[in-house]
Amino acid sequence: MKISIQRDKSIEEFEISKSMTLLAALYEIKENQDASLTFSAGCRASVCGTCAVRVNGREVLSCAHKVQDGDVVEPLQYHPVLRDLKVDKNKAKETLLKSTAWLHESKEASLTHSDEKLTETQTDCILCDSCYSACPVYAVNPDFLGPFALTRAYRYSSDKREGDAKAIIDNIQSNGVWDCTLCGECTAVCPKGIDPKMDITMLRGTSLQFGHSDPSFATQSFGTPDFGGGGFGFDPNSGF
Amino acid sequence: MVDVLIIGSGGAGLTAALSAKGSGASVLVAGKSYPTNSQTSMAQGGINAALGNVSEDHISSHIADTIKSAHGLCDEAMVRQMCADAPKTIEWLEHLGVPFSRITPSSTLTAQHSTLSIAQRQMGGASAKRACYAQDYTGLKILHTLYDTCLKENIDFMDEHYLLNLITKDGVAKGATFLDIRTGEVKQIDAKSVILATGGYGSLYHGFTTNAYGSTGDGVAAVLRAGGAVSDMEFIQFHPTALKHSSILISESARGEGGYLVNSEGERFVDELKPRDEVARAIFKELQENKEVFLDVRHLGEEKLMELLPQEIALCKLHEHVDPAKELIPIKPVAHYTMGGIDVDYALEVTGIKGCFAVGECSNAKVHGANRLGGNSLLEITAFGRFAGENAYKHSIYASSKPADDTQLQKDKAHLESIYAQESSVNFYEQREALGKLFYQNVGIVRHNDTLTKALDEVIAMQVLSNKIGIEDKSPTNNTNLIDFLEFSNALLLAPTVISSAIARDESRGAHFKVGFEEENEDFKKHIVLQWKKETE
Repeated sequence: MKISIQRDKSIEEFEISKSMTLLAALYEIKENQDASLTFSAGCRASVCGTCAVRVNGREVLSCAHKVQDGDVVEPLQYHPVLRDLKVDKNKAKETLLKSTAWLHESKEASLTHSDEKLTETQTDCILCDSCYSACPVYAVNPDFLGPFALTRAYRYSSDKREGDAKAIIDNIQSNGVWDCTLCGECTAVCPKGIDPKMDITMLRGTSLQFGHSDPSFATQSFGTPDFGGGGFGFDPNSGF
Repeated sequence: MVDVLIIGSGGAGLTAALSAKGSGASVLVAGKSYPTNSQTSMAQGGINAALGNVSEDHISSHIADTIKSAHGLCDEAMVRQMCADAPKTIEWLEHLGVPFSRITPSSTLTAQHSTLSIAQRQMGGASAKRACYAQDYTGLKILHTLYDTCLKENIDFMDEHYLLNLITKDGVAKGATFLDIRTGEVKQIDAKSVILATGGYGSLYHGFTTNAYGSTGDGVAAVLRAGGAVSDMEFIQFHPTALKHSSILISESARGEGGYLVNSEGERFVDELKPRDEVARAIFKELQENKEVFLDVRHLGEEKLMELLPQEIALCKLHEHVDPAKELIPIKPVAHYTMGGIDVDYALEVTGIKGCFAVGECSNAKVHGANRLGGNSLLEITAFGRFAGENAYKHSIYASSKPADDTQLQKDKAHLESIYAQESSVNFYEQREALGKLFYQNVGIVRHNDTLTKALDEVIAMQVLSNKIGIEDKSPTNNTNLIDFLEFSNALLLAPTVISSAIARDESRGAHFKVGFEEENEDFKKHIVLQWKKETE
């Protein structure tokens, strides 16, 4: 079977011997056909978050995607491409810093099984950046805090051990919870089944409780853009 | 010049960074990928601490179990320190916000002590339910919480920097050289103390290991080159249950929660909760008799499986095309953890290199001995990670702040240039495959002196050949072909240390089992320590 890979200068086609994961295919190509093919990978078991790419316009973990004949493989969107499928994740990671997604003031609290369940899925996040790449807001606002950082902010702000949830909430107002269009692309691509859209909705509620308000209501300036449900051809480097 | 340079950004490195910074040091963490990409994310089952939340437990039992499993090769003082530190390490992790799984405790004391509601599970070789866990994502969730805390504490990171060599002067660490993977630049980082937290060398068994391709013992090899010592290199833990076709790990907690091992005749053939070395050998024996071996968790029921082992279920479906709720899971034992590594003293300072500390899988702190217990590695990286950070800080206070000259930097630049210049007629990826297969077959679960000797000959032949191997990709920037090659070179450098130690050890102890010498021998109740002879300059 054949797959196409977006490389620095052009799309190249490669022949794959048999059915396998995309990561296995990338290794096979690098080891036997073209040693210069560049991609990032780690654990092979969907937990290190290193190997996310786009296949046919959809974010996947290379190690968890079975190659299909005709697959088109591209690097993640909204990340500067370093080479072939390898991207620079530093800017995306800065969103964690800006949203101060950590325990601000640790206090003693007894957690129960149901408390664990409250953010069990959110803490499955492997920082693969799939949601960041799928988020259409980056086409218009490169400074958006984005799905994974906001999910993490939600996870800590709703932790009973957090003594100062307001500190987190205050830090996710600008370019944060209100900039999301609730399109759900992040939720659709998350390999861990996390629902950042829901987390952001929850964070909006908490924001209101802490006295913040939706800035778009204040200005009444625009409606929510309709990005539809995928298949949109954004330029991967737009916004940079 | 930074006070403490930490090389490796997994759980051990991040913990050390937090502790060194907390002590007052300036800190820099350098890693070959991003902090959350490390092997720590793959640790599933749990982290041991005698909290006694679920069943009666004592620190003394944790110590006794660890010593028993180590088969006489641990340092009891180090084991005592690690096990005694365990409850307060869990408390520290709880304080950072690690989302542990919870039980509803009967005690009313819970309000005072939040660790009392942390769930604990049974692991092999443990006399109590001792492993604190977060579903089957324990390592992932600890790692990410550590990372979030590092961001909070403003820890500096240098991502995508590949360790080339330690810089030493008169046996004292002065920093290290790195290849900036993105730009191709060779950099020197000057430091008063260095902490190596670079992970194990399980990828010597390429294709037959649960480890990522990059677990090539880069730090262990760097210590050897810098004149430091390595020890117990022959002790490699084989995990009993990796998926048959992909070598992907299925956590021991699958057995801890009640999973069975059965052969193709449907018979159970071993007590599933014995330590990993014994279970792995029992499986190997079945495989030698041309039987297949399966993990059977069907009786646990779909609901319980999804609750306790969600990750394993998904991996089985994806990589083995079986649904564990309904079908048997085909498995084989593969290399999983390297007990041996950089030889360190009671302060985790590297033998032969002052001011250089090593922690985590790369180091041999002599807590696991001949066989590591499940749940003790996450404990080691966190408990000893903090200890390493403190000790490195203390060393930095009195260390000279005169930076080293650029001798090592120039050497490394020249070396990389020679790799680029080398015409390549041999595909080193084939060599990497061959090395992995050779190790699994000849330096594996059951060893023989003649096949070990043959393996050593083959490895030496590979080393000779490797001088003629270059890289195909000549790009100066983002050259992963070059990184693969440097990693393979480290694996190849370490290969003879593993084999020759295995040859020297004419006995069977823990994970090292040799035909013809099937018993423990008192004469070998010692560590095999290796160090390169000093080159005359």
